[in-house]
Amino acid sequence: MLNFNIDFTGEFFAFFLLSVCAIVGAVLAINFAKVVHMALSLAFTFVSLAGLFILLQAEFVAFVQVLLYVGAVTILMIFGIMMTKHQDEEKARSRPLLETLAAIGCLCLFGILFYAIRAASFPLPAAKLPDNNTLEIGKLLYSAYAIPFELVSVLLTVAFIGAVALAKREEEKP
Amino acid sequence: MSMLASYLTLAAVLFCIGFYGVLTKRNAIIVLLSIELMLNAVNLNLVAFSKYGVNPALTGQIFSLFTMTVAAAEAAVGIAVLIVLYRSKATVNADEFDELRR
Repeated sequence: MLNFNIDFTGEFFAFFLLSVCAIVGAVLAINFAKVVHMALSLAFTFVSLAGLFILLQAEFVAFVQVLLYVGAVTILMIFGIMMTKHQDEEKARSRPLLETLAAIGCLCLFGILFYAIRAASFPLPAAKLPDNNTLEIGKLLYSAYAIPFELVSVLLTVAFIGAVALAKREEEKP
Repeated sequence: MSMLASYLTLAAVLFCIGFYGVLTKRNAIIVLLSIELMLNAVNLNLVAFSKYGVNPALTGQIFSLFTMTVAAAEAAVGIAVLIVLYRSKATVNADEFDELRR
């Protein structure tokens, strides 16, 4: 059933290296005791995913990934960790029953997904992606996807105003 | 095994690791980061299909850009809510946020 007829091209080698980096980062993030270490190893995973995006000819998405996830989201999370209790460590195996059940559930989910991926047949792509994809993405964003683009900008503005309004310390009532 | 299946398997692995983190971690900030990991796995699927799908097009990459934007908004609002909760309860332990259950 498992016929790994893999051709060892350069792309596969790079994919293998980057995916091992991504999985190791994610697994370490689950296993570290200190929360800051968890955040940093997830940043490592995000960087490896950016490498995978470059491998998939999505250079613009890769740069957005580095800017947004590694540069903004992880730093925001580290700020959040520093502004709350950052000394405390995850107590090892505090809820063994729940953790075992969660692990079994995740393994079942992965089994179903893996079986579905193995069973599906993927036809070969019919065309190639355009070369300068930043230009093409820009053209698409301002023609076919103009309305979703504007909606997303409104969503971002509302979310950030909401975040500031939430986190602002309230005035003492006289 | 084609390259698309490899990418989909990697995304499934990352999604399951993120799911496990969401279910078991007690620190609410780590739960938020695990959700980001799950969203990133979905992004990897979208970008992989945009290159290796039947009709390669940039639509998948544009969808992944939208997903990233929504994820950034979600992270900002989540951290703000957590900071407010920390001010009122002095903890970020997700088990102790159970006012609605009492």
